[in-house]
Amino acid sequence: MAKRIDIGGLTAFYGSHKAIEDISMTVEPRSVTAFIGPSGCGKSTFLRTLNRMHEVTPGGRVEGKVLLDDEDLYGPGVDPVTVRRTIGMVFQRPNPFPTMSIYDNVAAGLRLNGSYKKNQLADVVEKSLRGANLWNEVKDRLNKPGSGLSGGQQQRLCIARAIAVEPQVLLMDEPCSALDPISTLAIEDLIGELKERFTIVIVTHNMQQAARVSDRTAFFNLSAVGKPGRLIEIDETERIFSNPSVQATEDYISGRFG
Amino acid sequence: MASITPIDTPPASPAPPKPAKSTGRAGDKIFLGLSQGSGILLLLLMASIAVFLSYRAALAVSKDEGNFFTTFDWNPAGDPPVFGIAVLLFGTVVSSIIAMVIAVPIAVGIALFISHYAPRRLAAPLAYVVDLLAAVPSIIYGIWGALFLVPYLEGLNLWLDQFLGWTYIFEKTEVGVARSLFTVGILLAIMILPIVTSVSREVFLQVPKMNEEAALALGATRWEVIRLSVLPFGRSGVISASMLGLGRALGETMAVATVLSPSFLISMHVLNPGGGTFAQNIAAKFDEANQLGRDALIASGLVLFVLTLLVNGAARLIIARRKEYSGANA
Amino acid sequence: MTTTDTSVQEHPTPTPPANGTTLRSRSLPRWAPLAFAAVSIALGVGIGSAAGWESRIQWGLVSAILFVAISYAATTAVENERQAKDRLATSLVWVCFLLAIVPLASLIWTTVGRGAEVLDGYFLTHSMAGVLGTEPGGGVYHALIGTLEQVGIATVISAPIGLLTAVYLVEYGKGGLARAVTFFVDVMTGIPSIVAGLFILSIMLMAGLQPSGLMGSLALTILMIPVVVRSTEEMLKLVPNELREASLALGIPKWRTILKVVIPTAIGGITTGVMLAIARIAGETAPIMLLVFGAQLINPNPFEGAQSSLPFYIWEQYRIGSEASYDRAWAAALVLIVFVMLLNLVARGIARWKAPKTGR
Repeated sequence: MAKRIDIGGLTAFYGSHKAIEDISMTVEPRSVTAFIGPSGCGKSTFLRTLNRMHEVTPGGRVEGKVLLDDEDLYGPGVDPVTVRRTIGMVFQRPNPFPTMSIYDNVAAGLRLNGSYKKNQLADVVEKSLRGANLWNEVKDRLNKPGSGLSGGQQQRLCIARAIAVEPQVLLMDEPCSALDPISTLAIEDLIGELKERFTIVIVTHNMQQAARVSDRTAFFNLSAVGKPGRLIEIDETERIFSNPSVQATEDYISGRFG
Repeated sequence: MASITPIDTPPASPAPPKPAKSTGRAGDKIFLGLSQGSGILLLLLMASIAVFLSYRAALAVSKDEGNFFTTFDWNPAGDPPVFGIAVLLFGTVVSSIIAMVIAVPIAVGIALFISHYAPRRLAAPLAYVVDLLAAVPSIIYGIWGALFLVPYLEGLNLWLDQFLGWTYIFEKTEVGVARSLFTVGILLAIMILPIVTSVSREVFLQVPKMNEEAALALGATRWEVIRLSVLPFGRSGVISASMLGLGRALGETMAVATVLSPSFLISMHVLNPGGGTFAQNIAAKFDEANQLGRDALIASGLVLFVLTLLVNGAARLIIARRKEYSGANA
Repeated sequence: MTTTDTSVQEHPTPTPPANGTTLRSRSLPRWAPLAFAAVSIALGVGIGSAAGWESRIQWGLVSAILFVAISYAATTAVENERQAKDRLATSLVWVCFLLAIVPLASLIWTTVGRGAEVLDGYFLTHSMAGVLGTEPGGGVYHALIGTLEQVGIATVISAPIGLLTAVYLVEYGKGGLARAVTFFVDVMTGIPSIVAGLFILSIMLMAGLQPSGLMGSLALTILMIPVVVRSTEEMLKLVPNELREASLALGIPKWRTILKVVIPTAIGGITTGVMLAIARIAGETAPIMLLVFGAQLINPNPFEGAQSSLPFYIWEQYRIGSEASYDRAWAAALVLIVFVMLLNLVARGIARWKAPKTGR
């Protein structure tokens, strides 16, 4: 199910502005990789290049390779729609479809592909909601609008919606930054469970969170404001937080800047 | 800012704010009075429009020997005076419906084109041009319709008669140029396109980016993004835009007056020349109208007024509901 | 602003992705839509001329239908159902756009083309005095004067009332009265111009007044006020609250704050709104027809006697129904369109130039 991602020499632009430059790394399957770094270092931009969401932004453009089990996402003839279907994404702010019920939100991705029978669909919806630890809270009100849930529940609904289509990889862009501590904890627990099945990449602003949930951590930094962001180092999370090989990483982690 | 600080005015006073405050208070009162007065003036104006029109209309209807709502005739100068709005109501509603059926889907299409499909460089100028077209005076649409569009529609009418004649509606039983309710409907559609388009476009552009990204990240095609996030979000906006367009179509005078060849008949054969609308009838009959004739026209205008009030009121209601709705999801 | 980058749009779409299989899928080349368009236009013209249809509208419609059908069929064959639906939507949206552009472009084209035939200095500086309606000659001067005066008076009345009402709604308005005013301003926006004309007419009938430019102006006022209120309201709302608070905190009374801080900040937008409102009422025909009566001679006095106006002049010339009068109608239409468009362009220019920093 889960696939590995090899990124080679990736540079992303907004128009003529270079947001990130020459990033190469490997994301291991069935593990959680966290991206940390100061604001504006391009970690979210980098995340969005991994499922071709970056090019949706006006002027967004990418150079380099992103290999999903040896297949280049940016290769000729590759369909971005298939890419996004294969690599799911959860956003910073919970964004359930406001006009849809909880059930329809989870089923939305499946319905796009059409060929599901009614009870089959219901099974997948239940499985996904259970997978997102939300089933017990919403099973009695599946037909109520998703926007009526609390922020944390909405975010878990979005995770359920993303995993319903059985992606290979799950990208999470600061999924807890809009949530309270209790909801954050629920999501973090969930991430721990999900990594059994998916390759997970999470961008976070919160270093404790990175330390708690991730197996490997990548630190991004930019040399000056307006300069493109770069990958400083990537290693086992324990190593990064205890004994990083680059001074800047240590400075950032110990709170000297950022 | 320092020059207008009133605290400077009383020089040697130990407690300066007091006199300054009092001039401020007086000024505030006058200003509030003026602005509140303008608001009240508007309310009075609306009330007097209703009262005056109703009064003159009552004068006319009381002398009407026919039934004001069901008579198929407009002869207030006759003896006895007979006039009724049945034909006008029919023509107004039918031509507006035709206009809506044509204009709304196309306007939604153009709005989507500008907001989601057009190449970026084209989108802004296009939106601008659409706004400019909304400013073209109706009389110009009128003469363009009468002198240019009518002859061009012959072929289309022929076709509709040929292929869709079996629907009764599109059966053309009378020969003659295309000065029909159908042509009026097409012209009205062209006229309300810009307004419906620009309101819909505004709504489509307001769709939160995160809703669209949610759909994209699920692997939706562009059309699926629109179906999943843009249209549900914009639906009530499109409805109210259409209502605004409908309000315009109902009350349009000059474009109808130039294109239609009026007759006092109700016919569902919309391709046949003939029919009439409230506004067109007023424009056409006003010159020859005597005192009662004018009052009768005012009476018909009152019905038009009420009709547009209802349509616009409905549109506002939908907009208000939408505000509540989107507030809940903010 | 979904998929603006063309590399996203023109690419193919998905076979429902079976796990572990490829990301690639069969797709039509990027130039395919252009080719479809070319083929369907060629077919439309071919069928049209073969069947001997005279109306180009038919040719266009056939081409449009063919374009949509060919795109859909080809995409279904080469790619898949979902992609075909996407392509169908795209072609429909393009067709909508073209369908709308054609009549609107034709309207402008015709007005400019026909109008330019007669429009010259003489036309702009002479009235219809002594000119028979069916003969060539004469001009639009009296109507221009009429329009300028009527619109001028209407502006002088509406702008202050509209401005003050907007100030009331934004700065003071709370409670029932403000809600009622807001609601009725909306309602007034929807009043058909002919109804506004009838209202003034009913007053004239009761008070025994005679038609004059002023009566027309009053009707135009009713149409103009709500537009001014709406746009001014929007502009005042854009003025950030911090500015008001900063001024009030200096001990400046509220009314001076409004006059010296709020309105100057929003003045660009307010001017734009007023000019757009002027542009709108300058093209109104119906109330003028009922209340000003129309004249062939120059009457510079808007308070007494019949006048003309540009839109009324167009209507009048159209009704005469001769070649010469049609020419004059088109020329006057061109003058009116230029007038309205200039107002629009200048107004939008001001809006851009004077836009408050918080503006959209």
